[in-house]
Amino acid sequence: MHFAILSFMAVSAFALVRLRNLFAVVMFSGIYSLLAALLYVLMDAVDVAFTEAAVGAGIATVLMLGTLTLTTEKNEQSHKLSLSSLVVVTITGAALMFATLDMPRYGEAEAAIHHHVAPRYIEKSKAEVGMPNIVTSILASYRGFDTLGEVTVVFTAAIGVMALIGRRRKKKKNPDDKSDDTPAGDKLAGDKDEKATV
Amino acid sequence: MSENRRDMPENQPAKHENRITERTTRREMEHTSILRVTSKLLIPMIMLFALYVQFHGDFGPGGGFQAGVIFASAFILYALLFGVNAARKVVPAWVTRVGLAFGLLLYAGVGVVGMLKGGNYLNYSVLAHDPIHGQHLGITLIEFGVGTTVCFAMITIFLVYANRRS
Repeated sequence: MHFAILSFMAVSAFALVRLRNLFAVVMFSGIYSLLAALLYVLMDAVDVAFTEAAVGAGIATVLMLGTLTLTTEKNEQSHKLSLSSLVVVTITGAALMFATLDMPRYGEAEAAIHHHVAPRYIEKSKAEVGMPNIVTSILASYRGFDTLGEVTVVFTAAIGVMALIGRRRKKKKNPDDKSDDTPAGDKLAGDKDEKATV
Repeated sequence: MSENRRDMPENQPAKHENRITERTTRREMEHTSILRVTSKLLIPMIMLFALYVQFHGDFGPGGGFQAGVIFASAFILYALLFGVNAARKVVPAWVTRVGLAFGLLLYAGVGVVGMLKGGNYLNYSVLAHDPIHGQHLGITLIEFGVGTTVCFAMITIFLVYANRRS
């Protein structure tokens, strides 16, 4: 089962690289995220899978589509096969594969990561935090400071987007108001077609 | 979430039809009208599911981050089908800005309250008379903060991008 999903992921990754139509690329990256989420479910990491499905496959795809409407749908860049980059990629990939040989087997009880803080969380979090979901108690309580940092990152991202491209909206507010009645779908379609013909 | 995702490909064929002539626009309007009616049914469900994920995160998979994203996706679905201006009427700019800051301040504020009550920063055990209750209260509050910030951050990013193209 794992191999089937991994091979599907490999196929979609290959398609991502080869395709020139950016709309299809966005769709394939969504599919890739969904497959990754499926893999996480099989590995019993339900919380991670949930996040991957919501963020990777959902929001990221929508944002990419939003970006596509600002640019063109086709990638114009020529793709010549560069020998030097092929060599670099092959060597790096081989080194990474070689490194995985030293890693403990998946799910092995003797692995170092299972003897650091994990036993304490599993044994004592029920008494100390009282949450049935250990993932939540680790993220929100034991590692509360990390999560605060993550939220700050999201906050900063939104502020950054607002500061960089949100400001221009106010200047051209009048042309915006005229096109009030057209729904986003139509606007999206019209906008893209104009750019395709130019 | 899966419902939301599904209508994206359905939305796309309209794009290619639009190119031909105005004759096809009527068909396209009918096309979006089905989507509009379905999305009106789906949006409350998505929001309800987001609230479930938000407040059930202690017991099942989920939490503030996922709930925020799902809740934002309901608004994004609305903005996709009814237009950015209609969506801006539902969530004006000041609402997203206040919400964005409120979530983070709530999270950081819970930590400060813990400090004032004599514990370490972000130690929830001192929030209530009994450590377990304190932990529960603290986690619920900070998860709500996470959800609020993530939700409004996603809405802000999407609406700013969508506004830019018009």
